[in-house]
Formats: sequence, C-alpha cells, structure tokens
Amino acid sequence: MIVADQKPIKEIKKMLQGRQNVLAIGCGTCVAVCFAGGKREVGMLASALRMATELDGELIQVDEAIVQRQCEKEFIEQLAGELDGYDAVLSMGCGVGVQTLADHYPETRVLPALNTKFMGGPTQQGVWEERCQGCGDCMLEYTGGICPITRCAKQLMNGPCGGTSEDGRCEVDPDTPCAWFDIWERMEKLEIQDELMQVRPPKDWSTSRDGGRRKIVRKDLQKPELDDGS
Amino acid sequence: MVDVMMKDGMKAGMKAYSQLERILASGQFAVTGEIGPPKSHDASVIRDKCALLKGFVDAANVTDNQTGIVRMSSIAAGILISNEGLEPVIQMTCRDRNRLAMQSDILGAAAHGIKNILCLSGDHQSFGNHPGAKNVHDLDSMQLIRMMREMRDNNQFQCGEEIKGGGPPLFIGAAANPFAAPVALRPMRLKKKAIAGADFIQTQLIYDMDRFREYMKKAVDLGVTESLSVLAGVGPLKGAGMARYMRNNVPGMSIPDHIIDRMEAAVKGISSDDKKARMEASRAEGIRICIEQIEELKEIEGVAGVHIMAIEWEAAVEPVVRGAGLYPRPEGIS
Repeated sequence: MIVADQKPIKEIKKMLQGRQNVLAIGCGTCVAVCFAGGKREVGMLASALRMATELDGELIQVDEAIVQRQCEKEFIEQLAGELDGYDAVLSMGCGVGVQTLADHYPETRVLPALNTKFMGGPTQQGVWEERCQGCGDCMLEYTGGICPITRCAKQLMNGPCGGTSEDGRCEVDPDTPCAWFDIWERMEKLEIQDELMQVRPPKDWSTSRDGGRRKIVRKDLQKPELDDGS
Repeated sequence: MVDVMMKDGMKAGMKAYSQLERILASGQFAVTGEIGPPKSHDASVIRDKCALLKGFVDAANVTDNQTGIVRMSSIAAGILISNEGLEPVIQMTCRDRNRLAMQSDILGAAAHGIKNILCLSGDHQSFGNHPGAKNVHDLDSMQLIRMMREMRDNNQFQCGEEIKGGGPPLFIGAAANPFAAPVALRPMRLKKKAIAGADFIQTQLIYDMDRFREYMKKAVDLGVTESLSVLAGVGPLKGAGMARYMRNNVPGMSIPDHIIDRMEAAVKGISSDDKKARMEASRAEGIRICIEQIEELKEIEGVAGVHIMAIEWEAAVEPVVRGAGLYPRPEGIS
C-alpha cells in the first residue's frame, strides 16, 4: 500500500493562511489503513485546525468529507457540487489523490495535508516500512525476495558494500538492517548462495524514471473502438 | 614514445602498462600510497603531498570526494600528481555520477595518460558535508569494473556501441573489506570482482593478521589470485584512542587487543602534560607495528603488495617503507 504521514500542523496552517472556509477530504483506502488520512484523522486534523486558528484570532472553518478512493475519478465524482463555497480543499489523500482531485476540479485550489512516503506495509504495530520503489523491472528473483533497490542505501545490485556491521546493520543507520546481509542469509538458507556469483548487469532504469510520468496501457481492458458501421 | 612502449607492453600480455601493473607483473612486492585532494583549488597541497610520497610508493591513490565531502576532483588531482612524476591511481565512486559521466571521465582520464582506476561504491553522502544530496548509484562497483573491462578489452561503451579508435588502456582496481559481515561471503565477493574484471585489489586496513591469513587462504583456494593482485591495506596508528575508535565504529575493522595494548604501553611513564613526547612515542610505535605487519604480509601467500593509508600523515610513509625494507622502489621497469 501507499504509506503517508501528516504534514506538521504549522505547515498546514501556513498553507491555509488567509482562507476562511476549507474542506478537508480524507481517503478510505491506503492512507486510512496507515492512520494518516482516514475518517478519524480528517476529524482530528479539522478540529485541531479550528482550535489553532481560533486561538490565533483568525478562525478558519474546516469541514470534513471522505471518499473511498481519492485516486479514482468514479469515487471523487461523488463530491460534485459539494466543493462550492470553499476557498480551498485540503486533501488528506496520497499524492495521487491530491492530483486526481486537482485534475477533476480545476476551478478549486487543492492543497496537500500529507507527505506521501513510500510503498510498503506495517512490520509491527505503529511501524511501516518501505518495500518497493516501483522501478518497473523487478529483480526479486535474484535476491531471495528482498529488494536491494529499496532496502540498500546505495541500491547495490551486486552487494554488499564494506559497510555492513557485525550484527548485519547498515553503516548509514544502525537501525536499518543491511539488505545484502539479509539477502545473503536468506539465500544461504535456501542453499542458492552460489547464484550471487553472477555479475548482475547494469539496470535499465528507463522503466523507473522515464520521460515524465510512466503509464501502463492494457489494450485488453480498454473500451473497444466504436464501430462506425462501415 | 609512449605509444611504442604501450604496444610492447600489450605484446607481453599487459593491460595498460602502468608502473603499478609492471611491478606486479614482475613479481616484485608493490607499494601504493594515498593522497587526499584538498577542499580547495590549491594545487600546492597536492605537490607537497607528492614530495612526501615520491620515491617511496609505486603509485598513489587519489580519493574521490571521500566520506562524501567535496574535494578537488580525483582526475584533476591525478593529473597534477602525474606532472610531479608520481603515478596516480584514480578512485572513482558510483555515488556522484551516472554511466555517461563515468565513461566520459574514464576517456578524459585516459587522454591525460591516467591508467590505474579504482572502482568503489562510494561512502554514503549522509557521512559527508552535503547530506541532503541525491546519490546516483546508476551502476554499482561490480558493474563499473565490468564496464571498464568491456571498454578496454572489447572497445565497447556500456551500451554496446563501438569505441572508435580503440578502448582506453586501463589497469582496473577494486576494494575489499575482508572482515565486514557476512564474513563467509567476503572471499566469494573477492572472486566475483575477479570475474567482473578487476586486475588488482586494495583491502581495507588490516590489523588482524590471523584473520587475514584465513581470508587469503580462502581467496587463494578460490583461485582469485590467479587473475588479480591483492594489495593489503596497512596504516600506521597514531594512538590507542584512534585504534579503539576505529574498532568500535568502522565496519570490518578488526584490531586485536595486543595491538591496542602496545599503543597504550608506548606512552606509559610519559607525563600527560608532555603532549609532544606522548605523541612522538605513540606515533613511533604505530610506525613500528606497521613495519612488522608488512613483514608478516610479505609471507602470506597471494599478497602481492601493500597499500599504505597514512591519511593526513603522509610523512609516515617514508619510515614505514624504509623500515620494511621496501626502499628503494623499482624504477621504470620495461
């Protein structure tokens, strides 16, 4: 899932300066699961902003709304007509949600309340970790199911570097396990460590950072061309 | 003249005919040193360090923004070093450049007569003075080694396109940290660098001779030393404090207690007020230990030389080299 984190309230207040009516819109999917932009968080942020701005003597009315998926037009269409009269919309979706709202409602100023962090999942209660960078050319086949592009600080494809500590930690941050230490342990356990002797060739990064946005076109799922009857 | 020598060298099966390559090929025990470029454009810093190393090492490494701190470019500093009559080993990290920039720098370095290039991943930028910088890591060190070999042997850019006029003559170096975790992987990793195309290896600082002997035994058994030369990293300790700090903070740094005990004993009985005398006694012991270690390394099968890292203490190189019986260095073997 996409994991996000709320921006500091100070930064959000600054974004909203000079506005009177704002609609905070949450999202019921990824960011709800990671407790950043679901119904509960929308309520908490809205009341925090009302209180903070009232204390400052410049009360901003913050109303609350939620859609199931901010990243899909079908879901945000339900908001049609509800945005009238607001100075701005404060999206509590991920970056995709913010942009989908802004694309769909070009007359409305859409502002981000979250910092979108990564694709990952919960590893323990209250902890989420990145697992995928969407490089577009998965190499997990060669690395025992552990992604060095995401989990190695240097994105080594033929690791590890010399910076692995005795207990298998990365020198960049002792809280971070060395991805290649873990890859080695996993592959040794599977008795496939000899596969690591293959020199992995340079990666084709064009699937990762191409010209502008990347896209997938599935012809089999597209609407058939209308038959012109000829 | 240079071209003729090169052709003769090539005939003898050499890759780049650098002084370092020739000494290693002749079977003589090689000595390399290290020069850190300044955090300025002051060329005199390089010249001063050259004066301390020249005649005592066969080639000097030039670090590439080491520890992620901006310094004079390693290639530019390498040209200055060449001009002083000392052969450079250019370090090239994968942190700051993509494959286009690397290949263009390799061609530029070769055009200036630079032959020895050492491939490194590069220290992470978070340790340096621009921690917010975006790192590149388009290639890793293994892929850089392979790319350089393909440029040299197959006259090919990384994309497969032909390098018209021939590939650059390169003597390809790489690094190894023998005692970093996972320890069982390290000899295999050295072998992988040989497979990728490394011609020589410089190791992390070695203080634990027993463990290094085991590592080299495994490397030799894997056939690593049949295709590359291993230069063991050594460095004189400045004091017991430095030794303890390195042991606790640098991954793979194995410093036995007896070494630290000796560094401590060296200053025993000298008043703590007499900082100068303590420093001199301590440094003299550091140099003595380094010399003894080189003597031990000479006896280890597969060790082809030493890489002396006397960082910001270049003056230590002369007494170490002399003390280890490695002076004078061979001159222009042909």
